[in-house]
Amino acid sequence: MPMTRRRFVTGGVAAFTMGFAAPAFLSDIALAQGRNRRNLVVLYLSGGNDSLSTVIPYTDQQYYARRPTIAIPAANVLQIGTDRGGTPLGLNPRLTGLRAIFNSGRLAIVQRTGYANSSRSHFQGTDIWSTGDPASSQGAGWLGRYLDLLPAPVDPLTAWSTVRETPHTLLARTAGVASIPSVSAYAFASPNGGADAVAAKDSAVRIASHLPVDRPHLAFVNSTAQAAFATLDRVAQVNTYVPTVAYPNNGLAQALRAVAGAMNKGVGTRVFWVQTGGYDTHAGQSPNLANGTYSTLMTTLNDSLLTFYNDLQNQGLLNDTLLLQFSEFGRRITENGSNGTDHGAASAMLVMGGGVRGGIYGTAPNLRATSDNPTLENNGGDVRYETDFRSVYARVIEDWLGASSTQILGGDFRSGAPGFL
Amino acid sequence: MASSREQQIDHILRRAGFGATEEEVNSYARLAFGGPTLVLARLLSFQQIPDVVDDQIGKPGYVGITARGEFQPAVNITDARQRWLFRMVHTERPLQEKMALFWHNHFATGYTKIAGELGATEATRMLAARPEEDAGSVLGQLELFRARAMGNFRDLLVAVAQDPAMLVWLDGRSNVRAQPQENFARELMELFTMGVGTFAESDVYAGARVFTGWNLARPGSGAAQHYTFNYNAAQHETTAKEFTFAIYPDGGRIIPARSGASGMQDGLDLINAVARHPATGPRLARKLYNYFVNEVDPPDSALISQMSSAYYDSGYEIGATMRVLLLSPQFRDPANYYKRYSWPVEFVARSLKEVGWSGFSVNDALSPLINMGQQLFEPPDVAGWDLGPGWFSSGGMLARLNFAAQLATNQKFALRDLSRGHADTHEDLLGYVLDRLTPPAYSTDDYNSLLDYARSGAANWTGSDTQLATKSSGLVHLIVGSGAYQFV
Repeated sequence: MPMTRRRFVTGGVAAFTMGFAAPAFLSDIALAQGRNRRNLVVLYLSGGNDSLSTVIPYTDQQYYARRPTIAIPAANVLQIGTDRGGTPLGLNPRLTGLRAIFNSGRLAIVQRTGYANSSRSHFQGTDIWSTGDPASSQGAGWLGRYLDLLPAPVDPLTAWSTVRETPHTLLARTAGVASIPSVSAYAFASPNGGADAVAAKDSAVRIASHLPVDRPHLAFVNSTAQAAFATLDRVAQVNTYVPTVAYPNNGLAQALRAVAGAMNKGVGTRVFWVQTGGYDTHAGQSPNLANGTYSTLMTTLNDSLLTFYNDLQNQGLLNDTLLLQFSEFGRRITENGSNGTDHGAASAMLVMGGGVRGGIYGTAPNLRATSDNPTLENNGGDVRYETDFRSVYARVIEDWLGASSTQILGGDFRSGAPGFL
Repeated sequence: MASSREQQIDHILRRAGFGATEEEVNSYARLAFGGPTLVLARLLSFQQIPDVVDDQIGKPGYVGITARGEFQPAVNITDARQRWLFRMVHTERPLQEKMALFWHNHFATGYTKIAGELGATEATRMLAARPEEDAGSVLGQLELFRARAMGNFRDLLVAVAQDPAMLVWLDGRSNVRAQPQENFARELMELFTMGVGTFAESDVYAGARVFTGWNLARPGSGAAQHYTFNYNAAQHETTAKEFTFAIYPDGGRIIPARSGASGMQDGLDLINAVARHPATGPRLARKLYNYFVNEVDPPDSALISQMSSAYYDSGYEIGATMRVLLLSPQFRDPANYYKRYSWPVEFVARSLKEVGWSGFSVNDALSPLINMGQQLFEPPDVAGWDLGPGWFSSGGMLARLNFAAQLATNQKFALRDLSRGHADTHEDLLGYVLDRLTPPAYSTDDYNSLLDYARSGAANWTGSDTQLATKSSGLVHLIVGSGAYQFV
């Protein structure tokens, strides 16, 4: 008997696991499940972004004193005004697109985000930003816990990761995350064609639907195959997407292109994950060289985000989209002996989208290392946090996702949450 | 149907190696009735077996490689990757190659950063060259791991600290007295030995100063010019270094101030200390246990403790630690069969050994491996790959399924020929394919799903060549791509 909406709904979870191609109406259900059609795009800069080179306090003399080779000259920064502490700030010279978005009021910069006793380990730091719990860096991610709260069955395309491994932030207890590093490669191949290939897919789907209770590790692997089968057809649609602007040929831009395509095709995804690396700039940051390491990072970031922003705006998708950027830590204020920076503490987060109340949130650090300077820590070596990163998460959870931040974060971080939404 | 003795050999070879062909299983089975102890003894004493696997590259009967011009694994990273996969499929020293892979993940060093700094040729030499094939006699990092696979761990740490690839990868070259560079010291403690939570930030600062001056020189000329470790006394930071844990056997925590000329001893003292640290043995033992015994169930702390004791009692010998592991009843306990998620390269090597490789080039596995999440010589970061369930996501699993399709397609006619003696019925054919591959036993439902596929299509089963080609390759695809086959 063909699967109809009515049979699907009465069958519940069991019926879903038997079907292999998500019926066309599934994305309707996915959309209807939420109160709105809002998309969240999480952007992770991997390695620990030196946000003092992204958002630059260009009139602080200590910035130049402590970074003799890697400070960016004041004349080169893209000025964006002063924060509420009166510190003039400028964006990195390569961020021309982001400055335009800032001038449109759609970019929020949240300075000095972090937490107490900041970890300087990539792995532990990333885990803490992922779980939203400095005391416990294992377990489900904060967005994973959001996914787990959605009414079951959670559509397997609700969360779409553009990297192959499931990001810890999206790791959930029950909800699956589709990992789609390449839309075009996301297809089922077979040694034979025609009817044989159909029979093969049928058998493969049946085998993947076997989730043995006594072997949860096997059930887990089978469930990832199941998730692949359940999403093949809708992802194939995204493969036909034609954007309104040409995306640069780098990994981040191509990932954002796929995200825009998924939005355009209305596959029903609510949380997207993109990431880009190379931010662990221990040596040779060279932000003032044309092809310097940090310059290239900023160019990639700028060009990708600007293209994405424009593509969404052209299609009227911008108002439904929020992009939230984070990194596992900032970097030391004083440069090291290799013209780079070592692992630090607090850093800036960027938030971009049609519903964003743009501007500069928080105050810049005062970079003079005196014992009574509350904006620094570690003997004046690192930037001290001002806004707990969980407050930023709380704002997004409450005012964008429409969920309970206290339940998801295991605590109330709403007070002090910057008002960018 | 494989006997339980054969199943045990299959298991041992999947864990201590990369799986086995039918011929290899038979050969081990003949070893004194194939009792596990003798099989393991042979695997452990690989030094006695000639290391000639590289000489077989390009010979008929072996899996192929694809060379663009001359095959140059010492200077071309793609060729180096192919050679390593070739070794996994054809080595007669499986335990050595398996340990080399373990160390590659443990001391994860990435090619792209090194190539970015020194160029593709130098980066490949540093990672993969054999001294006998390199004009400057460079010992690539992989060859270092193969040579020291089961040797002394403290000596391995020293060799890694002086390894040119590692010195570039963790910025050792810019670790100088005026501005110590922390990267190596941190990862030495956090990732290579003791682990997170066993040391303080101050230990990282002190450790950075310990290794100041550990740098590279570039002697030789022409083709023989190469990067090699060089201790630069003038760049060594000579003050005393204090740690929060014991450096010396008497409990002393301070490395004394030394002159630049004598200062290299600082690094040797610290390496001794981290090798001796009480957290290192258990951590290393646990990692080896996860890799060789079981990463799915709660760990057997008694065995891990025994391994850790062997580590310390033997003076940090990996061989002694591994003997305890491999000869333990837990290692060969059927309850521990298929309790580890296969790494992509293990999945590929095992598939090739079980399905067949005639006409296949390992080059064609390189892109699928990237899609599965593992490119040799390119771990995502110094912590290595995300093991276990981390390999599996919808995209990662689809990549494995599609490699199974690719290999089955490639081997279609070989499989057809092999199946000819087992073509009487669908059950016959399915039985033959299941015997050739080594998945864990399927449930009745899964077996029936496979049988339904075998029966699908033409009404009459005649066992014709066309039917055999279609169904044998189709069954191989389904089995190799199934969730159960992803476990070793």
